Amino acid sequence: MAEVLVYVDHVDGAVRKPTLELLTLARRIGEPVAVALGPGAADTAAALAEHGAVKVLTHDAAQYADYLVVPKVDALQAAYEAVSPAAVLVPSSAEGKEIAARLAVRIGSGIITDAVDLEAGDEGPVATQSAFAASFTTKSRISKGTPVITVKPNSAAVEAAPAAGAVEALAVSFSAKATGTKVTGRTPRESTGRPELTEAAIVVSGGRGVNGAENFSIIEALADSLGAAVGASRAAVDAGWYPHTNQVGQTGKSVSPQLYIASGISGAIQHRAGMQTSKTIVAVNKDAEAPIFDLVDYGVVGDLFEVVPQLTEEINTRKG
Amino acid sequence: MSLRIVVTVKYVPDATGDRHFADDLTVDRDDVDGLLSELDEYAVEQALQIADEADDAEITVLTVGPEDAKDALRKALSMGADKAIHVEDDDLHGTDIIGTSLVLAKAIEKAGYDLVISGMASTDGTAGVVPALLAERLGVPQVTLLSEVSVEGGPNGTVKGRRDGDTASEQLEASLPAVVSVTDQSGEARYPSFKGIMAAKKKPVQSWDLEDLEIETDEVGLEGSWTKVDSATERPARTAGTIVKDEGEGGKQLAAFLAERKFV
Repeated sequence: MAEVLVYVDHVDGAVRKPTLELLTLARRIGEPVAVALGPGAADTAAALAEHGAVKVLTHDAAQYADYLVVPKVDALQAAYEAVSPAAVLVPSSAEGKEIAARLAVRIGSGIITDAVDLEAGDEGPVATQSAFAASFTTKSRISKGTPVITVKPNSAAVEAAPAAGAVEALAVSFSAKATGTKVTGRTPRESTGRPELTEAAIVVSGGRGVNGAENFSIIEALADSLGAAVGASRAAVDAGWYPHTNQVGQTGKSVSPQLYIASGISGAIQHRAGMQTSKTIVAVNKDAEAPIFDLVDYGVVGDLFEVVPQLTEEINTRKG
Repeated sequence: MSLRIVVTVKYVPDATGDRHFADDLTVDRDDVDGLLSELDEYAVEQALQIADEADDAEITVLTVGPEDAKDALRKALSMGADKAIHVEDDDLHGTDIIGTSLVLAKAIEKAGYDLVISGMASTDGTAGVVPALLAERLGVPQVTLLSEVSVEGGPNGTVKGRRDGDTASEQLEASLPAVVSVTDQSGEARYPSFKGIMAAKKKPVQSWDLEDLEIETDEVGLEGSWTKVDSATERPARTAGTIVKDEGEGGKQLAAFLAERKFV
């Protein structure tokens, strides 16, 4: 059976959920061979084997932390040359997409980004993508070279499928360009204890109607009652009420959770572009004419300062 | 020596219009107005600020696209860029990302550059990989997704910036020449002034075709594409949801809905 390279996104050996989802999709088109780089790379093996990796190629070097992107491209290319895979799959993070794109040029291949589904086809893997603020669904494939495809979080369920997961050291020689962009400082993002926005099963977002940074505590309380991530519309971010890393929309992050709750968000096209593929959509807004209500499975026309705290209290009571 | 900045911009269909695909599954550009991709305005703005700080700088805006794409160049010129290059060729119709990066890279090399600045993504395709592809093709450092950017030391100087990622905020540094991309957090883009709009009409817009760039027609266009779109289907409209007016019990009603769907 053909081998499929899966690039592993991990933090000090802890594999992030989108990579486990990717292994599920990889199994549809071949045998997953995982590539884990940087500190803790070998520690990823158990989780990767549990989810179907027949082999785990690992390599650690200071270059991965000290320089931007290119060392990882060099390593993925080394893995590509060692394995000659039928396809290369990479999680659709900002960095993942850059790594995949540069690899595609190097190996003379096409690239598909932000796939939301993947299946085997007669002429190679077929990727489903969302286009134009998720108003269209396209199916595409790579027509030149080895398919390089990046896949968005929440595109597949994580499924256990134990495999050998044999760890092998990957031999990497860095290119002259690897050290071109120095990382001269790094400030880790403080953990909120909440799930990461793009990976979360539930997202609770606030917009212009939240009317102030201090009021986001109402949104956070609802998120915490549901074990959800917190999102914000561009208006709320531009007003300085919530960090840009939490922005949902065309210029922020695109999310596709099981449940999306929009509070005080009117639903401009730019916001819809980032959340329209959510499975269940709920909105609270005092303007009955707000476009967000065209998308909802359930909407409450009302004052979020009344509705949201009552909702949170009721959820906490039911969990009681 | 003058700091040569090339800003790549894209002419995109207006997101508030009714965007759809043409019969050949490329983006239908006839039925929707086009404009300069909003995210590229941030790139033009940062170019203008970097040029202001430099002793001597020249900003060239570059686009690949149909005849109408000149509108995007005019907008950038009216914001304050010095000159423009329009790569236009009938054989470019249907060119994908890999092909577009090839055309842009060849045009950037022909134009001459010390610094390339791009937006973080286009607002139509939204892939966000063109800046990395340009760095790969040009063989220069990528300093991408910056929310802050500065250049010191002119054409042989250094570019520095801050990249805010999911898990960390990173300070980056590279020697010129380099490719930079900026996010919508890099600083609000200026509106063109009346004077700027008038001045833009007199600024040079150069047109290049594939022959000028020594690119074979089979390397680009729909036929030369590295990817093939097999189908594009409109997402069915969502079935109308339940909408209630809050009469004091809205939160509780919503909780009941969430419980019914097993979210609670």
